[in-house]
Amino acid sequence: MKKYTYTEKKDTRSGFGAGLSELGKTNQNVVALCADLTGSLKMDAFQKEHPERFFQVGIAEANMMGIAAGLTIGGKIPFTGTFANFSTGRVYDQIRQSIAYSDKNVKICASHAGLTLGEDGATHQILEDIGLMKMLPNMVVINPCDYNQTKAATMAIAKHHGPVYLRFGRPAVPNFTDANQNFEIGKAVMLTEGTDVTIIATGHLVWKAIEAGEKLAEKGISAEIINIHTIKPLDEEAILKSLAKTKCVVTAEEHQMNGGLGDSVAQLLGRKMPFPQEFVAVNDSFGESGTPDQLMTKYGLDTINIIEAAERVIKRK
Amino acid sequence: MANTVELKKLCTQVRRDIVRMVHAVSSGHPGGSLGCVEYLVALYGAIMEHHPNAFSMDGKNEDLFFLSNGHISPVFYSVLAHNGYFPVSELSTFRKLNTRLQGHPTTHEGLPGVRVASGSLGQGMSVAIGAALAKKLNNDNRTVYSLHGDGELQEGQIWEAAMYASANKVDNYIATVDYNGRQIDGDVDHVLSLGNLKAKFEAFGWTVLENHKGNDIEEVIASLNTAKTYLGKGKPVIILMKTEMGQGVDYMMGTHKWHGSAPNDEQLKKALDQLPVTLGDY
Repeated sequence: MKKYTYTEKKDTRSGFGAGLSELGKTNQNVVALCADLTGSLKMDAFQKEHPERFFQVGIAEANMMGIAAGLTIGGKIPFTGTFANFSTGRVYDQIRQSIAYSDKNVKICASHAGLTLGEDGATHQILEDIGLMKMLPNMVVINPCDYNQTKAATMAIAKHHGPVYLRFGRPAVPNFTDANQNFEIGKAVMLTEGTDVTIIATGHLVWKAIEAGEKLAEKGISAEIINIHTIKPLDEEAILKSLAKTKCVVTAEEHQMNGGLGDSVAQLLGRKMPFPQEFVAVNDSFGESGTPDQLMTKYGLDTINIIEAAERVIKRK
Repeated sequence: MANTVELKKLCTQVRRDIVRMVHAVSSGHPGGSLGCVEYLVALYGAIMEHHPNAFSMDGKNEDLFFLSNGHISPVFYSVLAHNGYFPVSELSTFRKLNTRLQGHPTTHEGLPGVRVASGSLGQGMSVAIGAALAKKLNNDNRTVYSLHGDGELQEGQIWEAAMYASANKVDNYIATVDYNGRQIDGDVDHVLSLGNLKAKFEAFGWTVLENHKGNDIEEVIASLNTAKTYLGKGKPVIILMKTEMGQGVDYMMGTHKWHGSAPNDEQLKKALDQLPVTLGDY
C-alpha cells in the first residue's frame, strides 16, 4: 500500500494566491477582482504585482460578477475572489444569467468553503455551494485537496475556456501532492489501489480518506482511494472501473449530502452500476461556531466516520 | 451614416416589426419596445461605430451596446436585423422553438449583435462597466453604451454598479434610462418611487443629462452627441430619457397595460393602420 507523507500543513487558499500570482506573470489577459477580502483570499501578491489588472469592487458581489462577465468581452480572463458563501448563493442569478448562460470565461474562486471556516459560524459556512454550481449548465466545479493541488488547479483553469467554480478553504491541511503536478480538469487521481471498498473523497476530506485507508488496512480491509478534485465533469470512467472491482463505495466531502459529490456518484451508480454507497457529508444541517477540528468531529466528517462508513458499506455488499 | 429622414422611416418599420412579432406568438413586451425605438435606431444608425458584418464577441475597436432591460427584445432584434447583424426575415422566428431570437436576448444561440444575456433585471450596468474596463486595459478608445428600464432601477445591483463606476472613473461609458414611468404593476411612482432620479445619480457621482423627448429622433441623437462630449472627463455619463410606453400605437400609450401583453388580430390591424409600411415587412 502506497504511503503518503507530508512535510508541512498549508492552507489551500494560499495555493490559490500563489497560482494567481504565477498566472499574472505568464498570462497578460488574466485579471482579478475582489470584494473586500484580498488578504483572506491571498490575492495580495497579484494586487501588488499587477495593480492595473486588479479590481477592488468593495462589498458588492453582484456587481463583481457582472463586471467579471463584462471584462471577458475584450478577451480578459477574470478571476473573482470572495468567500464561497458570497461567491455562490448570494450571486446565483448573476452567475446564472451573466456568466453561465452567457458563456463567459469567468473563474469564480471561492475560499472559506465548508465547516472549516470555523468560528465565524453558519452564516459564513456554506455547505451548499457545490450543489448550486454543479446544477448550472456548462459550469466546471473543482475542489482541490491541498495547497499544491489548488495552485495547480488555479493555473489549469486559465487554460480552460468557460465558467469554472474553484472551491478552497481556510485551514492549514497536509500538503502532500506533488508540487509540479499536471492538473487535468475532470480527471480523477488514483491515490491507493484496493479491492474491498472504494473511498471517493474531495477537498479537505481527501487526506482524511488516506488516513482512513491506513487504519482500514490495519484491520485487514483493502480500500481503494480516489481523489475527485473535479466534481463536474465527473470522471465516470475512473469511478465505474473502481466500483466494478470493489462493488461498494464511500463518498466523503465537506458539503451537504444533498447536492454534493456523493449525490453525483449516486446518480452515476444508479444509472450505470448500482452498488451500495455510504455518505460522509453534512446531513441536512447548518453548521455553527467552533474550531475546525471540533466542527468536523461534531458533524461527522472525520477519519473515524470514513472508517465506520467503509465497514458499514462492505456489510451491505 | 443615415440621415434622419431615413432613420424615421426605419423607426416606423421597426414599430411594425415589434407589433407583428409579439402578435405572431401572442407574447412579448410591445410597450417598452415601442418607447425605445428612436433610441436604438439612433444609436445603431447615427451614433455607434460598429461592425454588423464582422460580429465578434470581443468587439475590439468598436462601440458596444448592452441591453439591460432584456424584455424589450423585439425592438433590439428588429434594429439589429435592419442594421445587418442577421437577416430581417429571421424576425419571424421570434420566441418560437429553436430560434436564435429567444424571448429575452442571449448569446447562447449565437445571435450576432448580442454580447450578454439579459432579462433578469439589474445586471447590465455591471456588465457594461466590465466591458468598459476591458476597453481601457486594451487601449481601445471606443465607447460602451447601455439601456435600462426605469423600473429596473429598483434592483440593488444597479446602485452597486453606479457607485463603482464613479469611484473608478469609468468615463468611457454612457448609460441611458428609459424613463417612461411605468412598469408591470402600474406607475413606477406607485409601485416604488425612484424619487429624484437626477439627484440620485448626481449624488452617485455621475454626469446626468436629461432628454424630455426620447421619442424624437433628432433630440435623441442630440442627447447622445452631447453625452459623448462628456467622455474621458473622469465621470460616467447617464441620460434620463423620457419616453412614452407604447409610442406610435394610440391604444398602447398612456397605460402600463401593454408592458407585457400582445395584441390580438383585431388590435394588430388597428396598430398597423397607424404604422404605414416604409421599408417592407419581414
